Amino acid sequence: MEQVLTNGVYLGAQYALIALGLTLIFALMNVLNFAHGQMYVLGGFVTYTVYGQFEMPFVVAILASAVTLAIVGALVEKFLFRPVLKNSEREESSMLLAAGLAFFLDAVILLLFGEKQRGVPKIIDGVMNWDFLIIIPYDRILIGVLAITFIVTFILFMQYSKPGRAMRALAQDKVAAQLMGVNVTRYSMLGFALGAMLAGIAGGLLVSIVGVNSGIGGPISIKAFMMVMIGGAGVISGAIAGGFILGMLESIGLTVLVAYGDMTYLLIFVSLMIFLSIRPQGLMGKPWG
Amino acid sequence: MKKNIKLLPVVAFLLSICTSVLAVNPVLDIGFVGVTSGPAASWGISNQRSMEAGASLINDAGGVKIGDTTYDINIVSFDDQKDPKRAIAGMEKMAQQGIHYVVGPNVDDGAAAVRPVAEQQNIMYFPYAFPKSLYTKPASNAILGMVANYQSGPAIYKYLKDNKGVKTVAFIAANESDPLSQREGGVAAAELLGLNVVSKTVTYQVDTTDFMPVIVPIVKLQPDLLVLSGVAPANAPQLIRSARELGFKGLISTETGQDAQVLMDGAGDLANGFISVGGASTPEIKSAEMDEFVTRYIEMFGEYNDESNTKVYALEYIIATLKANPAAINNVDEFKNTMETFTAPNPYLKGDRVLRYVGMSSFGQKRQISIPLVVNVYNNGKFETLFVAEVD
Repeated sequence: MEQVLTNGVYLGAQYALIALGLTLIFALMNVLNFAHGQMYVLGGFVTYTVYGQFEMPFVVAILASAVTLAIVGALVEKFLFRPVLKNSEREESSMLLAAGLAFFLDAVILLLFGEKQRGVPKIIDGVMNWDFLIIIPYDRILIGVLAITFIVTFILFMQYSKPGRAMRALAQDKVAAQLMGVNVTRYSMLGFALGAMLAGIAGGLLVSIVGVNSGIGGPISIKAFMMVMIGGAGVISGAIAGGFILGMLESIGLTVLVAYGDMTYLLIFVSLMIFLSIRPQGLMGKPWG
Repeated sequence: MKKNIKLLPVVAFLLSICTSVLAVNPVLDIGFVGVTSGPAASWGISNQRSMEAGASLINDAGGVKIGDTTYDINIVSFDDQKDPKRAIAGMEKMAQQGIHYVVGPNVDDGAAAVRPVAEQQNIMYFPYAFPKSLYTKPASNAILGMVANYQSGPAIYKYLKDNKGVKTVAFIAANESDPLSQREGGVAAAELLGLNVVSKTVTYQVDTTDFMPVIVPIVKLQPDLLVLSGVAPANAPQLIRSARELGFKGLISTETGQDAQVLMDGAGDLANGFISVGGASTPEIKSAEMDEFVTRYIEMFGEYNDESNTKVYALEYIIATLKANPAAINNVDEFKNTMETFTAPNPYLKGDRVLRYVGMSSFGQKRQISIPLVVNVYNNGKFETLFVAEVD
């Protein structure tokens, strides 16, 4: 069971980092970014190229993923979402735009990086074996610690920095924030860039463990939506809780239910449906949105 | 006169167009319906690119002579997105374009879905899908484009039992129709050989990215052999890496084709010893024509995909059979008749190996192309031939 719990914590840290960016963008702009998974994939491929192909240090590769996705996010917000949100009263317009962006990024990534699964050399060799109770490779420990570090840094940034406070104000009440002098245009773009950057960092970190391929963007988005729905859409702590809950459920289910075939996800989805019918706003979301 | 001289360049231009038009061969369209986007894109893209590289070689050589006519080959492709409804639409598109020979689809449900269209519209198609119902009577238009797992599995397990002392085996499969049906076939074959199947219920979602939690229950059992049933090339390195990092010491194998570069990128040295099925692949058996094909593939697409070692064959079979009976170009019944006795030299392998249609043992009729069953073992970034067998 120690191994199962360790796997759950590690998976949870991964998932929470993936879900953070999605929930941030939703909180700030009320946009369901269906292209979040594709942004994760792009981040993975940037790290693959910088670290795996150009053989530069892993830290540089992560930085490159973060900067690239931040720029992509800012451009997407400025040239795509901002005009649509300004000109359309209907929420589904931004959803359709996000879906279109997901297909577009899928096609571009396939063209640029090909159809094959890509991976990079291990960043640290070796496996920690604690009396055969917990076996975990050192690179997973490092990536897990880095993921948690990024999550904590993000929370501190949102809590104590001026832009963080401004974005939180924007998420709580856009009109009130505007009246208090918050520059909505600037902080919306910053928020979208930050959300995309988090996706890119997650992709960059995880390419060293699980690799990346051009087709996994859609499934990653679906998983991220599940975490956000569990925790409560638009709530940072909810996304983190959702990530850890999903990671732990997967890890425990895959071991405990192994004799019954693929019951884990069936039970997770059934539980999610029941949970949402009782508490549609998720664990930490507010009933009014 | 001056006016006529002014017209000369125009006349010359028109003449050059006419000449070039006259010099172009008639085009023979061959279709491809398969998955070239999404997580399984690797399967279909290697198919499509193999056909395009093969067609390019033929066209550069001046075309292919079928009967009295020399044709250029044109590949008409359709991405079915691994969706049976899209596969049907793709096959209908092929029918509308008058195409009688189609490679694909890549998966079981797509191949089953297009059967009515193919039979109604007189299309012979070459799926990479294993359900026997596609190839046994009354079905007659599908021709299996590769070696099925129920043909390769028993051969691999017997080899490992006899030569590596394998006694216990565990299976793991993605939770979708192809891998699950391949797992069932593998379990039956292993039990028939007297192997002890210690696990056959572990599955994973097709969109799994981290396999460590999935594989923990199997590693605890420490079987002699872990079979990755129907594993996609994208997932194989992750499964191998997770198993090895958790301390799995046994052998790992699959009955699907894999790519050496993908294994090296994703699992590095941990993939050493991994057993999979190839085609005209390893240096020991491949011919100069195969090298030429690989070179052209790399020129066109930048990087070779080892899955194409198997997928190089379908277009070759279609063209070679049409050459053997030109009347089959627009008549699939002629094609079916020719299949019964057809043989031609296999250009992709050294020695005297031949192309022929097989399948009597598995399907009761010749509805499978003969590809050597090449079982490879991965070592340090490349495949080595473990053994070669024949399927009938």
